[in-house]
Amino acid sequence: MEIVHPTSVKEALAGLTEGVTPLAGGTDLMVEVNFGHVRPDQVVGLRRIAELKEWEGARIGSGVTWRRIEQDGPKALAEAARTVGSPQIRNAGTIGGNLGTASPAGDGHPFLAAVDATIELASTTGIRSLPWAEFFLGVKETARRDDELITAVELPQSLPERQAFAKIGVRNAMVIATVCAVVTRADDGRVTVALGSVAPTPIRARRAEAMISSITSPKDTDLAEFQRLVSEEVRPITDHRSTEEYRRHGAGVLARRLLERCLR
Amino acid sequence: MTATTSRRIVAIDGAVGQSPNRPDGIPKLRGEFEFAQDLRAEGMLWAATVRSPHPRARISSIDVAPALAVGGVHACLTADDVPGRATFGLEHPDQPVLAGEEVRFWGEPVAVVAAEDEVTARHAAGLVEVGYEILDPLTDPAEADRRDEVFRRMRIRRGDQTARGAVVVEGSYQVGMQDQAPLGTEAGLAIPDGHGGVDLYATSQFVHIDQEQVVASLGLRPDQVRSHPTGIGGAFGAREDVNLHIHLCMLALHTGKPVKMVYHRSESFAGHVHRHPAWLRYRHEADADGRLVRVEAEVLIDGGAYASTTSAVLANACYFAVGPYRCDSVAVDGVGARTNNPPCGAMRGFGAVQVCFAYETQMDRLAAALDMDPLDLRERNALGTGDPMPTTGQVIETPLPTADVIRSLRAMPLPEADPGPHHSYLPGGSGLTTEPGQVRRGVGYAFGIKNLGFSEGSDDYAQARVRLSGEGAVVETAAIEVGQGLVTVLAQIARSALGISRVEVVHVDTSRIDSAGSTSASRQSQVSGGATLEAATRLRRRILARHDGDDLDDEGVWRGESLLVPWSSLADEDWTETVTFRHPPTTEPDENGQGVVHADFAVAGHRAVVDVDVELGLVKVIRVDTAQDVGLALNPASVRGQIEGGILQGVGLAVMEELVVKDGVMLNATFTDYLLPTILDAPEVEALLIERPGSWGPYGAKGVGEPPTISSTAAVVAAIRAASGKELNRVPVRPQDIALP
Amino acid sequence: MIVEFTVNGEQVSARVTFPGSLLDLLRDDLGLPGSKDACEQGECGSCSVMLDGELVCSCLVMAADVAGSSVTTVEGVGSEETLHPVQEAMHQAGAVQCGFCTPGFVVAAADLFARNPHPSLTEIKEALAGNICRCTGYGAILRALERIATGSAR
Repeated sequence: MEIVHPTSVKEALAGLTEGVTPLAGGTDLMVEVNFGHVRPDQVVGLRRIAELKEWEGARIGSGVTWRRIEQDGPKALAEAARTVGSPQIRNAGTIGGNLGTASPAGDGHPFLAAVDATIELASTTGIRSLPWAEFFLGVKETARRDDELITAVELPQSLPERQAFAKIGVRNAMVIATVCAVVTRADDGRVTVALGSVAPTPIRARRAEAMISSITSPKDTDLAEFQRLVSEEVRPITDHRSTEEYRRHGAGVLARRLLERCLR
Repeated sequence: MTATTSRRIVAIDGAVGQSPNRPDGIPKLRGEFEFAQDLRAEGMLWAATVRSPHPRARISSIDVAPALAVGGVHACLTADDVPGRATFGLEHPDQPVLAGEEVRFWGEPVAVVAAEDEVTARHAAGLVEVGYEILDPLTDPAEADRRDEVFRRMRIRRGDQTARGAVVVEGSYQVGMQDQAPLGTEAGLAIPDGHGGVDLYATSQFVHIDQEQVVASLGLRPDQVRSHPTGIGGAFGAREDVNLHIHLCMLALHTGKPVKMVYHRSESFAGHVHRHPAWLRYRHEADADGRLVRVEAEVLIDGGAYASTTSAVLANACYFAVGPYRCDSVAVDGVGARTNNPPCGAMRGFGAVQVCFAYETQMDRLAAALDMDPLDLRERNALGTGDPMPTTGQVIETPLPTADVIRSLRAMPLPEADPGPHHSYLPGGSGLTTEPGQVRRGVGYAFGIKNLGFSEGSDDYAQARVRLSGEGAVVETAAIEVGQGLVTVLAQIARSALGISRVEVVHVDTSRIDSAGSTSASRQSQVSGGATLEAATRLRRRILARHDGDDLDDEGVWRGESLLVPWSSLADEDWTETVTFRHPPTTEPDENGQGVVHADFAVAGHRAVVDVDVELGLVKVIRVDTAQDVGLALNPASVRGQIEGGILQGVGLAVMEELVVKDGVMLNATFTDYLLPTILDAPEVEALLIERPGSWGPYGAKGVGEPPTISSTAAVVAAIRAASGKELNRVPVRPQDIALP
Repeated sequence: MIVEFTVNGEQVSARVTFPGSLLDLLRDDLGLPGSKDACEQGECGSCSVMLDGELVCSCLVMAADVAGSSVTTVEGVGSEETLHPVQEAMHQAGAVQCGFCTPGFVVAAADLFARNPHPSLTEIKEALAGNICRCTGYGAILRALERIATGSAR
C-alpha cells in the first residue's frame, strides 16, 4: 500500500518503518512533492488519528492545527500561529508537522524554546520526551528516528503570564520570517528570549536573559544593553531574504520590544 | 478627429461611458472559463522542458536516450530537431529555440520531451544527459558596456548643450528586477491538423507574432500555422515573447499528436522575460525660479542574454528620462547591456517606470535645493499640449493635461487617515512587530509620462471586423483579452457606433483576421477600439444608406416613426465591415534622438501615504491617491480596475518585489520568496479621472493600463523618504535600507 | 490506486496517481478544472477548496489522503441556476479581471460568509490574505464583499 490511514497511534507506529513518510497537514511535504524534490514510496496519513488532535491542558497533540492554536493557544503561541502561512495553511498545517519539518524559520519554534517545551516521540518500542534543545539538531534536521512519530508537545504546567511573539517579514501576511522571537517574563523577573530564523535551529539568547533577569525594574539603558546582547548572540546568515547584519539588528530590536510589552 | 458623442451613446444599454458587467465574468466566477491551462484534446501528450542549470556553458553533448527509454515517452527534441529558423525573437531573432552550442542564461531550454502524462514527461526530462563545459558568465552590465556587449546604445541631444542653471542636483539610482508574475503560468496546446500544419492555443499577448515565429522556426507556410487567442491568466508584458509556443508545435508535428505543456511557477520565472533592472545617473539644473534649464541622464539597463524588446525598452527609458516636464537642454545616453543574466523585456510601463523613479527623486531634491514646494516646482515645469517633448523635440498634439493632473491631485482631500490600531494596518502586519507609537507617517508625490501605442516608425495597426448576426452584431478580433476588459470595451464601442445593444466580441485565430498587434503599450482600446469604431460606423452608414433609413436600433432600420426593416430580415443579408486602423505615423529618431517618435502620450500622478517603522525598516502603504489622464473613460469601472491593479504593482516594486539574481542564478523563483502584495498590503485608492477627450482613440479615449504603475513606485518611495529621512536611491526599498545606517 | 470520496456532493471513485495532489486529481482526472494551479506551494490560494469543511489549498492535499473525505470546489459553490452571493457580488462590482485567482477567492469568501455573515473589513482582509490577485489590486473584490457583509449587495 502506498498510503495507509491508521486511526490510532498504535496502528500508525506499526506502519512507520524505515522509508515510510508520515503525512500530517501536507503543507510542507506536498511542496516538496510538487517541486519533484521528494517522492515518498509509502506514506502514513495521520489525519484520521483522533488521539493526535487531543489537546489537554499543557499537552498539545501533534495533529492540532495552527487554526486551533490561533484560537485557543497560550498568548504568544497563538500570536505565532496567526502568522503561519495563510488561513488555508493554518487549517491544514499542524504543530507536529512544523516540528517534523524543523525549518529554521518555523514560526512555532521560538515559543517552544522560550518556555522549555518538550517534544514527545513514540515508536513501537516506547515513548520518549526530548527537551526542545535536544530535538532540533540543525537545518531541517531533528532527533526523530524514522520509526518515531511526533505525538505531542508538552508545555510546562504553568507559563509566564507575560509573553509575546513577533515576526519580521516584508509583507503584511503570509511571509517567511526574516526574524521571529518570543520573550517571556515570569513574576519573579526571570526573562526568556527565544529566536527563530537567526540560526540553524531556534535559539535562546542566554546571556541577554541572564543580564536582564537580574534587574527588577529595567531602565532604558538596561533595555538597550539587552537588545545589544541579543544581537550579539544570534548567528544569522545572509541569503536572498535578508542580510546577516539586518537579522542581527532585527533580532535585538524585536527582543527589546517584546520585553517592553512584557514589562507593561 | 474626435468622433461626436451622440445622445444614442447614453441611451443604449452597455454603451461607451457605462460600466457593463464583463461577458466572461460569470464563467470565471463559476470556474468554467477555459484558460490555456485547462485545454485538453483526445490522445494528448504532455511536454516538459529540460533547462540549463548554468548561466553560461558550452554544450558538449546531449544524450536523449535515457529519456526515450522511459515507457510512455514519445519524443525528446533538441536544437538539431528544429526544422526551420534556429532562433526566435520579437525584434531580433537571436534566441535559440533550443540551445545547441552554448547556454547563455540560467534556465535556458535545451531539450523538450513529450510523454503520455505530465509526471512521466517531467521525469524523463530529468533524465536527459547534457554535458556542460561551464564558462564564466558575464553578469555585470557595466562590464558588458565596457566590452561593448550591448543590444543598443541611445544618444539624445536636444537644445543648447552648454546651458547651465544656478541650482544643480545629482544622483545615482537603481531599480531591481521585477517580475510580471501573472497568476496563470505559461501554458498551451498544439494540435497537428493532419496535413502538416498545426493549430496552437497558448498564453499570448500577440498571436500573430507568435504565428510568424512558429512559421519561421518550423519551416512551414504561413497558412499552415494558426494561432488561436486563448484564455490567459494575466500578462503584464510577460506574454509578448515566444517561450513554449515553438516547442509545442515541434512536438505536435513530430509525434502527430496534440501536445500540452504547462510551466510550473519556477519555470515561469525562468521562462519569461522580466522588467529590466536599471542603473541611472542624473544631473538636473534649474534657474533660481525653478525652471528646468538642463537635464542630463545616463541610463543603463540589463537586457540579459537575448534581445527580446530591450532596444525598445531602452529607447523608451531614454525618451521619457526627463518626465512630464519642459526642458530645452537635454542629454541622455542609454545602454542596453547584453549579459548572461535572465533575459528582460516587456513589463507594464516598459522603461518609463525605471526612469520615473530617478527623475521624480531628482525633482524632489531639486525642490529641496531651491527651497520650493515640490508640487510648485513640478507645476512650473509641467509639460502640456503644444510643447515639444524635452527629449525628442516632438510637439505634443493631443491633450496632455500635466498641470491639471498635478493641481487635481494636490487638491484631492488627504484624509487624516488613522487606519486604526489593528495590526493589519501597521507595518509588520500580523507579525506584530510594530505598535502605533512606533511609526512615522510620510506623504510623497510623483508624476509620470509614457507613450501610448508603438513608436519609432513601427507600422502599428489593428484589424477588427464587425458583422451582423441573427441576434445582433459580432466584433471579431485577434486582440488578446488579458483580463483588462477589452471584451467589454470593444462591445461598448460597437454598441455606441451601431446603435444596437446586442453586441458580442468573438476572438478569432490568425487565419481569419489580420493582426491586432500586441495587447501592450496601453494600446488596444485605442487601436483595436479605433478599428471597431470605424468598422461599426461604416456598417451602420451602409445599412442606413441601403434602406434609406435614418436610424438603426435593436428593432431594425427606421425612418421617422416607421420601422422600415425589422431586425429579422435585416440580418438575412451578409453585413460585414473589416477595418484596419492605423494611428498617426511615427518616425525613427535621427542621430540625436529627435523626431516624431511617439503616437500619443498619457500622464498620471500618485500621492502615497505610508507609515514607516523606521527602527525595523518596515513599511505599510496606507493609501495611494491618483489623478490620471484618460482622455475619456470608455468604461469607468474597468479604468478603476486598471488603476487599482497597476498601483499595487507599483507598490510591489517599491517595497517587496524583486527577483534576486546572483552570478546569473535566480535565487527566489517561487511565490514563497518572490513576494506579491496580499490584500493586507494593498493601499486604499482614490482615483480621479482627468477626461480631456481629443486623442485619436475612439471618442477621444486614451490607453489606461500602464500609467498607474509608472509613478506609483516613486510616490511610495518619496513618502518613505519623508517618513524616515533616508536617501533611498534604490527600489525595492528593503528593511535594511531604512533601518541600518 | 482507487480512492473513494465525495466531490460537490457526489460520490466518486477515482484512480489516483500517487503521490500527486488533490488539485491535479480534480483538474486532470475529475473534469473539474475550476481550481487553478498558480504556485504549487500554497502561496496563492488559487486552488482553494473545502476539505471536510475546512478551507485548504488543494495543491497541498495528497490525493491519496482524501479517501472518505468530502470536497467542495468552486464548481460546487452556487448552483446550476443561481450564483452564490459572493459570485453575484463580485460580478456586479467588477471584481474579475483575468479570472485566474477568481475561483480561489470565491471559495475562500464563501467560507468566510458561511462562518461569519457580517465580517468587518479587517476580518474580510484577514480571511483573504492567502489569496493572491495580480490584476485588481483587490479594491473591487473588497467592495463586492463589503456589500455582502453590510447587506447592501444587490
